Amino acid sequence: MLKQLHKKWWKITCVVLLFYSFIYGMLIKVPALEVLNESIRNLFFHVSCWFAMILLLLISLIYSVKYLRSNKMIDDVIASETARIAVVFGILGFLTGMLWGQFTWGQYSNSFAWLLQDSKILGAFIGLLIYFGYFILRGSIDDEEKRARVAGVFSIFAFVLLNVFIIVIPRLTDSLHPNNGGNSGFVTYDLDNTLRRVFYPAVFGYFLLGIWIASLLIRLKIIHYKIHKIHIHDETTLDSIAK
Amino acid sequence: MNLLSSTFSLIKKDILLEWRNKYAISGILMYMLSIILIIFFTFENVQGPVWVVLFWIIILFTAINAIAKSFLSESNGRNLYLYTLASPQSIILSKIIYNICIMLFLCLLAVLFYSFSAGFPVVDNTSFFLALTLGAISFASIFSMMSAIASKANNSGTLMAILSFPILIPILKILLRISLQAVTENNFSVNMQDILYLLALNVFIITLALILFPYLWRD
Repeated sequence: MLKQLHKKWWKITCVVLLFYSFIYGMLIKVPALEVLNESIRNLFFHVSCWFAMILLLLISLIYSVKYLRSNKMIDDVIASETARIAVVFGILGFLTGMLWGQFTWGQYSNSFAWLLQDSKILGAFIGLLIYFGYFILRGSIDDEEKRARVAGVFSIFAFVLLNVFIIVIPRLTDSLHPNNGGNSGFVTYDLDNTLRRVFYPAVFGYFLLGIWIASLLIRLKIIHYKIHKIHIHDETTLDSIAK
Repeated sequence: MNLLSSTFSLIKKDILLEWRNKYAISGILMYMLSIILIIFFTFENVQGPVWVVLFWIIILFTAINAIAKSFLSESNGRNLYLYTLASPQSIILSKIIYNICIMLFLCLLAVLFYSFSAGFPVVDNTSFFLALTLGAISFASIFSMMSAIASKANNSGTLMAILSFPILIPILKILLRISLQAVTENNFSVNMQDILYLLALNVFIITLALILFPYLWRD
C-alpha cells in the first residue's frame, strides 16, 4: 500500500472528486425542508470533514498497532502524521458545524449556548482535546523509541474512547444530530439518493486529500530523521516513499 | 506465581507502603478538608444542584492528587525489580484495585465531612451511592492508566491533567446527571440506563488498560 503513495492516479481521483463535490454540491437540487432550507448543502462539507477525520484516525490507529507489534519507526511516523492531519479535519468540521448550527438550531438565540449542550458536539470537542493531549504527550518525550511506544499506546486508548464519545453515547442519549438520540437520519429526506450521490464522493475526496497532505508530512519527517542520523528501519520502502 | 496471587501480594505491598509513610494519604485528607472548609465558610446552606457540582469538584481534585502519584512516585530501580517478579498485567491490575480502594475510602470520607458541613440533600440514596462507587472505579482506572503513561514523559504532573481530564469530562457528565436526578426525586429506574453506561465504560477502560499496559512498561 505504501508503494502506491508516489503514484499519480489517486491524486488525480482526489482532485476530480473534490471539484465534483464542490461544483455539483452547489448546483444540485436539494430537498426543500423547513429550518434547513438551502443550508442542507453543508452536508457535503461538514459531515465529509468528520468522516474523513474518522477514516484518517483509523489509519493512524492501524499504524499505531503495527508499531507496537513491529517496532519500526516508519509506522510511528505514519501514525503521528495522519493523526495530525485528522485533527485539522476535525477543526474544519467543527467550524463548518458551528456555522450550520447557528443558522438552524441556534437561529433564535444570540449566543453559542446550544453548542456544548448537544452530546455529540461535546463528544467531538472532547475527542479533539484528547488528540491535542496526544501531541502534547509526543512533545514531552525526547527519546524517539520511547515516544513512539508511549504515543502508540495512548493513541489506541484515544481512538477507542473518541468513538465511544462521538458515536456510541450520542446515539444512546439526547442529541440534535440526525441519526442520534432517536432522530431519523439520511433516509427520511434523501428519497431519490441525490444527496448520497454527492456526499459519498465528497467523503472519499476529503479522505484522499488528507492522505495526500499526510504523505507530504511523512516524507518531510523521513528527511528530518535522515538529516539527524536517526536510525529508521526498513530503508527500501522509505526510499521509495521519500522520492 | 500466577496472576491472582501476585496481584494480591502487590496490593498488600502498596497498602503496607501507604501505612508506613502516612504523609501521602494525610496530605490528601488535608487537601479535601480545606476545600470543604472553604465551601462551609462561603455558603450558609448548600442546596440541590450546587451541592452536587461542588461535591464532584471535590472528588475530582482529590482523586487527581491521590492517584497521580501511583506510578510517578515509584523509582525506576524499584519498577525494574517489580517487573522481574510479576507480570505487567498483575502490576496494572494491582494498581487499579488499590486505587479503587483508596478512591472509595476518600469518597466515603468526603460524603461524611461534606454532609456534616453542608447537609445531605440526596433523596435517592441507591442511585447516588451506586454512581459514587462506579465513579470511583472509573476515576481510579483512568487515572492509573494515565499516570502510567505520564510517568514516561518529562513534566508528568501537568501531563497527567492534560491527558486524563478530557477523558473524564463525559464520565463526569453522566455522573452529574445521575446525581442531579438523585437530588430531585426518589426514582431509581430513571437512572438505570446511565448506571449501565458507566458500568460498561468501566469494564471497557479496565480491559483496554490490561491489554495496553504490557507495551508501556518496557524501557
